[in-house]
Amino acid sequence: MKQALLEIQNLSIAFRKGNQFDPVVHEISLTINQGETLALVGESGSGKTVTAMSILRLLPMPPAVYPEGQIWFDKKNLLSLPEEDLRQIRGNKISVIFQEPMMSLNPLHTVKKQICETLFLHQGLNTAKATSTALDWLQRVGINEPERRLNAYPHQLSGGEQQRVMIAMALANRPDLLIADEPTTALDVTVQAQILALIKELQNELGMAILFITHDLGIVQRVSDRVAVMQRGKIVEHSDTKTIFHSPRDPYTRILIEAEPKGEPQKSKPDAKPLIKIDRLKVWFPIQKGIMRRVQGYVKAVDDLTFEVKKGQTLGVVGESGSGKSTTGLAILRLTESEGSIRFEDLPLHQYSAGEMRPLRQQMQIIFQDPFGSLSPRMSVAQIIGEGLQLHSSGSSEEIDQKIIDVMEEVELDPQTRHRYPNEFSGGQRQRIAIARALVLKPQFIVLDEPTSSLDRSVQFQVLQLLKNLQEQYGLTFIFISHDLKVVKSLCHDVLVMKSGKMVEYGPSSQIFSNPEHPYTRQLLKTAFA
Amino acid sequence: MKLNRLNQERWHKFKANRRGYWSLWLFLSLFIVSLLAEVIANDKPLLVRFQSEFYFPFLVEYAETEFGGEFEMEADYRDEFVRELITEKGWILEAPIPFSYTTINHDLPSPAPSPPSDVNWLGTDDKGRDVVARLIYGFRISVLFGLFLTFFSSIIGIAAGAVQGYYGGRIDILGQRFIEVWSGMPTLFLLIILSSVVQPNFWWLLGITLLFGWMALVGVVRAEFLRGRNFAYVLAAKALGVGDRQIMFRHILPNAMVASVTFLPFILGGSITTLTSLDFLGFGLPVGSPSLGELLAQGKANLQAPWLGISAFFILASMLSLLVFIGEAVRDAFDPRKSY
Repeated sequence: MKQALLEIQNLSIAFRKGNQFDPVVHEISLTINQGETLALVGESGSGKTVTAMSILRLLPMPPAVYPEGQIWFDKKNLLSLPEEDLRQIRGNKISVIFQEPMMSLNPLHTVKKQICETLFLHQGLNTAKATSTALDWLQRVGINEPERRLNAYPHQLSGGEQQRVMIAMALANRPDLLIADEPTTALDVTVQAQILALIKELQNELGMAILFITHDLGIVQRVSDRVAVMQRGKIVEHSDTKTIFHSPRDPYTRILIEAEPKGEPQKSKPDAKPLIKIDRLKVWFPIQKGIMRRVQGYVKAVDDLTFEVKKGQTLGVVGESGSGKSTTGLAILRLTESEGSIRFEDLPLHQYSAGEMRPLRQQMQIIFQDPFGSLSPRMSVAQIIGEGLQLHSSGSSEEIDQKIIDVMEEVELDPQTRHRYPNEFSGGQRQRIAIARALVLKPQFIVLDEPTSSLDRSVQFQVLQLLKNLQEQYGLTFIFISHDLKVVKSLCHDVLVMKSGKMVEYGPSSQIFSNPEHPYTRQLLKTAFA
Repeated sequence: MKLNRLNQERWHKFKANRRGYWSLWLFLSLFIVSLLAEVIANDKPLLVRFQSEFYFPFLVEYAETEFGGEFEMEADYRDEFVRELITEKGWILEAPIPFSYTTINHDLPSPAPSPPSDVNWLGTDDKGRDVVARLIYGFRISVLFGLFLTFFSSIIGIAAGAVQGYYGGRIDILGQRFIEVWSGMPTLFLLIILSSVVQPNFWWLLGITLLFGWMALVGVVRAEFLRGRNFAYVLAAKALGVGDRQIMFRHILPNAMVASVTFLPFILGGSITTLTSLDFLGFGLPVGSPSLGELLAQGKANLQAPWLGISAFFILASMLSLLVFIGEAVRDAFDPRKSY
């Protein structure tokens, strides 16, 4: 049996709010052995990150308090260790990688300065030695042309490179334990796989232990030795990876594992007519320079897209972040300036003014990715859903209220809750509110901009099922924007693959998934269905 | 009115700042007391009982003849002759301070400005008027001026900031440049020029200071709108076909209100200072109006009568301190980071 490196015993964490304590983690116990990878899995808000940040006492205190429990590392209780001693452990014995690489690197310092800082602090190296060590680490984390990158600023690096720099910073002091808090969530699928491989490789080389926090079970299966599943601040299941995946005991774990999107898109009439026709759609943002603001060039967010969406069908738009998927969706609804022709039932939308568009907006709706940002926090649910109705239909307030109740039942929300505010609802419920807001106008066409990607797996599945049912019932036409190919496969009739604003491949979904032509599509499929 | 949960929490946090909470009550009670200035400091009696009938001289004008006097003009209740006429057949209830801000006490023991005495608690100014009465009326006019100026300048500032921030682009650039030029205008010189053309009264002063003082909130509101117009729920409202004005009012303005409300007590304090300094320089309210600035100027001219300067200074300093304390508590209450 391996030796325990870190032991969390009966840890409880609460946040103080006024005179009340809001408990978020309840008496959890965990052990991480030397050299092993423990995955901490759970939905957002389950207390994973709070637990991990408590190991190095990185949570702001006062609001965070520890009513009970100990964290033992190297025969010291980290929760009661003086700040001075704790600093010797931070970044030296235990390092952290955060989710958002852009946010966790200081934008004002070069890569070299940031890596060298930890070396100065913990190893007391001189500048020349620290620089050569930093260079060595950049090479190890697989950054091209490390000499040139040493003097680069974070914004000059891509997301993947930034995360590599973060890893180099975290590992430069050869820690015994690495806490990786969703290190790949903000990255694109293809880059994710590379970063995971890199972490795994460095682990073998350095023999360190990893506490890997994630909500993605696919990653867990690939990297971890043991898994702890968290739900609402408690650990519901804790055992080795194989057991969890083959014979999960806890019902919640089972839901998590089985919540993979399955099924086929709705069968539709083969002779369906196109509802939306897009011809040579372009969204170019000018780059202006100098005092005269002369246009020096363009950022081509969307470049030359031509496609159509058939009535009652779903078009999946797939691509990495920054490939112009969302911009395409906004351009079709005329929510951003664009060139090229957009025809909706043969109406030339591209020639319409804002005023002429307004009555048509009832026909075409959009649902956004982030259900927390897309609902006005100061309006009640009934106000949010009813806002469009008041604009587009002339009914009495009782009729409007009845319509709100009907649509809430349709999206499986309790109509009794319609006078509450969005912050009292969970992410999945909020997304249902957003769907209700769009649906109450009885539109023909809805743009779904990553409607499930900020939701937890088990909830994603329910929302997708709801969307499918609604499509069948009302013959809705969807444009489904996503980076998750599994979801796209289960929902879409046609697929459009985008890369850097350009169309890479476009065709029926059966053909794209079974017989991709473009190498980029093939790469995407390979990483998604690995 | 029932506050929603967020506002209840804010009210709770406001109360948690004891200093600000007490300042608010103190300021409100001072303000309400000063609104009743006519009842507290008046040279006309509050109530007169004469020949078994009640009279209300501080509200209604009664001729001296009604009390059996000789003149057809309004009775001068400070005149011994009139007082005797009334007390023969009834009684007089005086205001606690039997002087209005214009009343000149001709019966002074020493030449004006005379020092504090039983009759004039804080002495008189250089024209023989009671300082306490002038302070009460002066406080009222200062606070009212401040409230009006704050209210109107906030409305204009929020509207201008909202339009600039929401539409952005050319409107924003032109608006910003205009504000830069406009705020460079020398307000004081314009007031001096104005006072040689018209006799500036309360409304003239309010108008001029408003004309050059509405920019205070533009910056914060504009920033909130620039940020807010890209929120997903604003985009969602646009996709529903909601008009620009409704989006600005219903969806973005509530966000900007937090920053604006936080600023209000400080703007109020600033407005009061503006009026006071104009009065001090002699370009403010017309001669004879009760004003703290004018009292300060008298204090400066009559250093041998320290009760003038000290009283005015004390009232001004405590009023501004109360406003700053209230402002601090409001800022705490609306601070989202201070949730513990």
